[in-house]
Amino acid sequence: MPTVTMTVNGKKMSAECENRTLLVQFLREKQGLTGTHVGCDTTQCGACVVHIDGLPVKSCTTLAVQNEGAKIVTIEGLAKDGKLHPMQEMFREHHALQCGFCTPGMVMAAIGIVDRHKGEPTLAEKTVRHELEGNFCRCTGYHNIVKAIMAAFPLMKG
Amino acid sequence: MYDFNYRKATSADDAVKTVTSASEGKFMSGGMTLIPTLKQRLAKPSDVVDLATVPGLAGISVSGKMLVIGAMTRHAVVNGSADVKKAIPALAKLAGLIGDPQVRNRGTIGGSVANSDPAADYPAAVIGLGATIHTNKRTIAADSYFKGIFETALEAGELITKFEFPIPDRAGYMKFPNPASRYAVVGVFVAKTGGTVRVGVTGAGPCAFRVPEMEKALAANFAPAAVEAIKVSPNGLNSDIHASAEYRAHLVTVMAKRAVAEAAG
Repeated sequence: MPTVTMTVNGKKMSAECENRTLLVQFLREKQGLTGTHVGCDTTQCGACVVHIDGLPVKSCTTLAVQNEGAKIVTIEGLAKDGKLHPMQEMFREHHALQCGFCTPGMVMAAIGIVDRHKGEPTLAEKTVRHELEGNFCRCTGYHNIVKAIMAAFPLMKG
Repeated sequence: MYDFNYRKATSADDAVKTVTSASEGKFMSGGMTLIPTLKQRLAKPSDVVDLATVPGLAGISVSGKMLVIGAMTRHAVVNGSADVKKAIPALAKLAGLIGDPQVRNRGTIGGSVANSDPAADYPAAVIGLGATIHTNKRTIAADSYFKGIFETALEAGELITKFEFPIPDRAGYMKFPNPASRYAVVGVFVAKTGGTVRVGVTGAGPCAFRVPEMEKALAANFAPAAVEAIKVSPNGLNSDIHASAEYRAHLVTVMAKRAVAEAAG
């Protein structure tokens, strides 16, 4: 079995895995980082979104071996020194979760949305709704998720 | 998923060599179709050769009246590229309609066109713009590239390296997306260059195709009304739980009208 090494949440991590091991399995089963969820396992629901080299990607649809040497950030890597990331804080503030299963992927995708539009003066609600197309909330709690992202935009813009 | 040998290719030649010497070798670009296919055990390659590590396969440039896009260029990059937005805005728009933002960060134009999914978006643009497909051994004109469902002119072990898109005067792309998958139930790409018009359709048939009758009418009068009365035959079109062949045939006319309106506007 190959040994795969990547930097996860700032720490170098290595583990043996099969070539067919998905990144999400590598994170959950080899590294114990179970914050990244597996919802559909078919590239649709977005519960498994992590950032690979700064870009949000569905970790159920990339192999661990593809990501040798990559910098991965998962939901566990967002809070710094006991302080929540502004997007997490706004999800809490606006009660942007019901059952919470989709939340890790939602937060990671939401940060991606803000990152893509950081250079613009405002973020339209329509843009947020459209760019959440790859994330499903089966509780249908989208309104508060959108509110949280809109509120996090000025905070992350800095 | 069955296990397989995995190799990061160091060059296009290295990738081709590995795939052709394997008992059943497969190229992997973004993996957005291949990995789901492997998960469902619909494919059992002995070797998967990753193209992400091949230098020079990704990138966008404009040379004269040609927009050149490397095969490994991700959808998000095409969608956001200032060069693409300036040269062929309809192509940038099309790239932004594929999948979702996360999928667009991985999926590539080369992978999409090599796979030739009947409902993929890029084939409509390749046909509609009359692109030239460059491979490791030759160039293929769009009109002789698409052969059937998931079937192309590519030979075993042949690797797409880049696409050349002639820059049209104006172009438009409209699709009726499946609401769940965002794949095109029907998508129509219309491009006008001088007195010539090309109409490329995806989603409707086994692979992307042109509609010569619409092209002729649009060459005479580039307006939505010109195609309003032109219907394609439902014979041989795709029919599934999402849309019947008759409905898809109807959508070709509707999407063509809207694509022309977008291009003309």
